[in-house]
Amino acid sequence: MDTTPRTLPRFSATFDPATLAEIRRAAATGIYDIRGGGAKRKLPNFDDLLFLGASISRYPLEGYRERCETSVVLGARFAKEPIALKIPITIAGMSFGSLSAQAKEALGRGATLAGTSTTTGDGGMTDEERGHSRTLVYQYLPSRYGMNPDDLRRADAIEIVVGQGAKPGGGGMLLGQKISPRVAEMRTLPEGIDQRSACRHPDWTGPDDLEIKIAELREITDWRKPIYVKVGASRPYYDTALAVKSGADVVVIDGMQGGTAATQDVFIEHVGIPTLAAIRPAVAALQELGMHRKVQLIVSGGIRSGADVAKALALGADAVSIGTAALVALGDNDPRHEAEYQALGTTAGAYDDWHEGRDPAGITTQDPALAARLDPVLAGRRLANYLAVLTLEAQAIARACGKSHLHNLEPEDLVALTIEAAAMAQVPLAGTSWIPGKGGV
Amino acid sequence: MTPEPQTVDLADTSVRDLNAALHALSPDTNMTAWRVLNPGGRHALAAGLLAPVTVEIMGHAGYYCAGMNQMATVVVHGNAGTGVAENMMSGRVEVRGDASQSAGASAHGGLLLIGGNAGARCGISLKGADIVVKGSVGHMSAFMAQAGTLVVLGDAGDSFGDSIYEAHLYVRGHVANLGTDCVEKPMRDANRAELFAKLAAAGLAGEVDVGAFRRYGSSRLLYQFHVDHAAAY
Repeated sequence: MDTTPRTLPRFSATFDPATLAEIRRAAATGIYDIRGGGAKRKLPNFDDLLFLGASISRYPLEGYRERCETSVVLGARFAKEPIALKIPITIAGMSFGSLSAQAKEALGRGATLAGTSTTTGDGGMTDEERGHSRTLVYQYLPSRYGMNPDDLRRADAIEIVVGQGAKPGGGGMLLGQKISPRVAEMRTLPEGIDQRSACRHPDWTGPDDLEIKIAELREITDWRKPIYVKVGASRPYYDTALAVKSGADVVVIDGMQGGTAATQDVFIEHVGIPTLAAIRPAVAALQELGMHRKVQLIVSGGIRSGADVAKALALGADAVSIGTAALVALGDNDPRHEAEYQALGTTAGAYDDWHEGRDPAGITTQDPALAARLDPVLAGRRLANYLAVLTLEAQAIARACGKSHLHNLEPEDLVALTIEAAAMAQVPLAGTSWIPGKGGV
Repeated sequence: MTPEPQTVDLADTSVRDLNAALHALSPDTNMTAWRVLNPGGRHALAAGLLAPVTVEIMGHAGYYCAGMNQMATVVVHGNAGTGVAENMMSGRVEVRGDASQSAGASAHGGLLLIGGNAGARCGISLKGADIVVKGSVGHMSAFMAQAGTLVVLGDAGDSFGDSIYEAHLYVRGHVANLGTDCVEKPMRDANRAELFAKLAAAGLAGEVDVGAFRRYGSSRLLYQFHVDHAAAY
């Protein structure tokens, strides 16, 4: 037997096994990888921040007694009927079509129980979600699928979608497996086609047009409804300033960890910036315009815990929005379906072929038998529980920092664990007073 | 008997007050005739109407005139800016002059009749409405048009019908070039009948020879992702 020491097999860091597999898949199929969800790569994120808590110079609140308010009002700048929510955590836009009717109903039920809003998506408003959502935000998208003035009037707010964090500059995508007869009818599309939504609005271009578009929507709704403008995080300072200039009541910034129903993997992983990097520029734009807390800022993309909520608010957001986490609360990627995930060539926690419509949890599907697996009442309860936990966690942190309202959290309460996070969040590196680009030691 | 029109002079009334008054009308209102003086190119004139009334705008309109119209008839005695009758659901909108870009964008129903020319992206994302243009249309018209009909008596600009779904396109004049996945299709009897009906609804029955039109629509090659069609994008 040859006992000469041998070099161990060594994978390339550049051509790692996942990269090699993707090259082989591309060579075999000739089509880019399409998947759901947000960026999966490791990014600077809220885990890279810590709260300082109270000390001799800071006075905490009793954790289980003293009130820590959580309410937020959205849209008071121009709308006659601004939205009042009990918690600053909303449900992000997700379409009927990408999600089953049961999943949309569950989101509405959960949000309503928790005292917050849910949002339609790129496919119009269903009666189910309107009926089960006390506060429903109606998305106004480039595709205008299912767009009609009756739904505009029965919505509680309007969200003009310029882009989303998973794909700033990209339109929606819904593959043929999910274009069921009902979805096709709502979107005025042939059944079974691979739908490629528009990436640009059909009747406005640029901030000057947007101002006129917002004015039209206000006219049609008699100035009653708050109007949000949602952008994917790429140039948050300028986009926020332009949205304010255009007359938005609320600005929504969605970071690259924010999910999508279906998009090219290369788009999700390589376009846009992390949520952490988007907040301070947006807040700076609002502050420079004297509009911070007057035009509300909603931040989304990778919010998972009450700590994430508290950190986003401390950096200056008025509210956050969750999508992926809400789906997980409903039952998405649950290990109890592991055998079925294995049969689909994946595993619980990694399943992201939402576009194929074969979701064992019955959430990202239009298959009636799969969709029937999701009990909207039970799933709604689970979402409400999760939202309650997020709120309690954020309150626990806020009280420790001596804040009687979540909105009283501030950058001064935070430090960063990494130089990258310190630079992006513009808070000091822990143990120092140094903020990269801002001086300090 | 034609009722005496309600007259609103925008020289001394705001667009907000005009639209509020029009929105307050019930579907069975007897105040069915309205006349708007001195429109001055203002935006969102008669937007969001939802009653079967007739609104005559005595001059030029700005962006989004008659936007999201339901049931109403809106006549612009002049030119109209971007997005006239955008997302119209029903009713009739008539522009006596020219229309700017994105005329009838995403309109689901009703008839948009343009007496002059229409700019770029006429009928973009069309979802079921009928658009009849007596003059020519600009580039990227009927882009991603999903359903409905666009009839052009004049010429069509570059990339006509790009990425079209199931809308029906008829052009009497010259088409500069067709967009991705848009092809010329044969004119059959059913198409001639459809075209005649659309022209008749626009008040052009007998004035125009349907035999002079050519028909365009989707080749449907790009309805599914396929590597062999990647070069078409």
